[in-house]
Amino acid sequence: MPPVIELDHASKRFGHIEAVKDVSFEIGQGELVALLGPNGAGKTTSITLLLGLRTPSAGHARIFGLSPTDRRARSRVGVMLQESGVPDTLTVHELVDLFSSYYPHPLPVDQAIGLAGLTEQSKQQSRKLSGGQRQRLYFALAVCGDPDVIFFDEPTVGMDVESRRVFLASIKQFAEQGKTIMLTTHYLEEADELAERIIVIDRGVLVADASPTEIKSRVLAKRIAFRSSSHLREADFEGLPVTNLKIDEKGVRLLSNSPEAVLRELFRRNLDIKDLQVTGADLEEAFLSITGQPEPAAS
Amino acid sequence: MSSAVLATPAATAPVGRMLWKQTVALLLARLRNPAFSVLSLGLPVMFFLLFNAIFGSQHVKTGVSYATQIMVSYATYAVGNISVYNFGIGLATDRERKLDLLQRAMPLPPWVAIVAYIVFALVFALIALAILAIVGTIVGGVRLGAGTWVGLTWRLLVGSLPLIGLGMAIGYGASASTASALANMIYLPMLFLSGIFVPFNVLPSTIQSIGKFLPTYHYAQLAWQTIGTNTESTFTALMWIAGWSIALFAVALRIYRLDVDQKFR
Repeated sequence: MPPVIELDHASKRFGHIEAVKDVSFEIGQGELVALLGPNGAGKTTSITLLLGLRTPSAGHARIFGLSPTDRRARSRVGVMLQESGVPDTLTVHELVDLFSSYYPHPLPVDQAIGLAGLTEQSKQQSRKLSGGQRQRLYFALAVCGDPDVIFFDEPTVGMDVESRRVFLASIKQFAEQGKTIMLTTHYLEEADELAERIIVIDRGVLVADASPTEIKSRVLAKRIAFRSSSHLREADFEGLPVTNLKIDEKGVRLLSNSPEAVLRELFRRNLDIKDLQVTGADLEEAFLSITGQPEPAAS
Repeated sequence: MSSAVLATPAATAPVGRMLWKQTVALLLARLRNPAFSVLSLGLPVMFFLLFNAIFGSQHVKTGVSYATQIMVSYATYAVGNISVYNFGIGLATDRERKLDLLQRAMPLPPWVAIVAYIVFALVFALIALAILAIVGTIVGGVRLGAGTWVGLTWRLLVGSLPLIGLGMAIGYGASASTASALANMIYLPMLFLSGIFVPFNVLPSTIQSIGKFLPTYHYAQLAWQTIGTNTESTFTALMWIAGWSIALFAVALRIYRLDVDQKFR
């Protein structure tokens, strides 16, 4: 049996920019994999190669061993794209019914709508749906064909906490049914919470492909946090082996590969240090240390 | 990589059913969109009623009432509208909301989506024509034989082909908002210059000589032949329409390729 999802030394070049560089991975049936990376890392490009929306400049993308553009492959794939729209004067039911007709063995329409939690909005035109309901409609469209593989590209962007919780639970449920699921995200805790396997991609290059635990253990960095009554400035840390330094009203936080040396120096300088904590980095920090990216502006 | 043999051959959904669902969905979506349905179904009837009230009792020539003449003219307008706006604004809107992207990722062959557009346009054209025929017969006292109606229908469908090409060129090239402006800026003047909105012989001769080049002029000529108010033979009109169709579809295909290459390569 060929792998369900496969990138085989795939590269994608847009003019001078190489969005994906020689990326290879294989995903087997029933795996739930998160493709993780900062914005512009090449996650969406990788997905478009696997969906057959774009052709690799070099290498191959395969679904069930077939070209992703093969209709037999597409008939087993469901997808929720980051940016997509549907005719706004059609109702939820009509849209799910329409998209079901593309697939050989679709779910009953009402069941797909129920899975997305849109039963009450079934007769509403899509233009009247709220942002969260609209996301759920795209979810219904992704699953209505009862596909064996489902791709979710940044599915929880713009969802509130509750919708996100429900949504992640339903993805897990699909994985338990033996569906193969790949989702892209830059929410790191989402990948940690959901996936059994995380593929980290940065600047088009695959930098890690492992379980969340392994990814965390790879990280040498420790996180140091403390509070201080002395008015510390970034200049006070000059020359020390620290990264991701943050000083605000909550105190000082930093990452370091040699925490002992940093602490020794701080104590030597006789700074006032309270509530000192030294911990292993969480996934977010692990991620930063793997990709070498500066801390995202969002956090 | 060994050639992949699947344990169970992956089936695909029947294309006929897909096409049917796709067409019905378009029909429902368009009918519920007042901008489109009023433009396509309402305006031609409204213009007919207005000009019929003013000039309806006069005659264009012996045996042909003014009402008959403008009913045929507004029929060309109605079918032309559907060609230009359905493809022009419809395809541009699909592209703008990235429905094209989503559909591409589906097991829906791209040609099915395009054929559905064409089938829809045919069905909608027949609806528009039926409404005009009923209003023309009842209000305008238009009396045409069954053969004339059939002749008019195929001439309208064939004659509007260049306008489908024009609509596709706009729809695959322009954004949703510019598509609407562009369609109106190109199509509406063509109607005036071709004698569809105003009688051709009242136009200044320089304007007439421009008008005679336009696809809409030959389209109208083709339609008027059914009631004998044409000045051009069916053969000449068809040749012009064939030429314009080839030219405009070639342009549309080129623009389509550019759009697809940019998004899907």
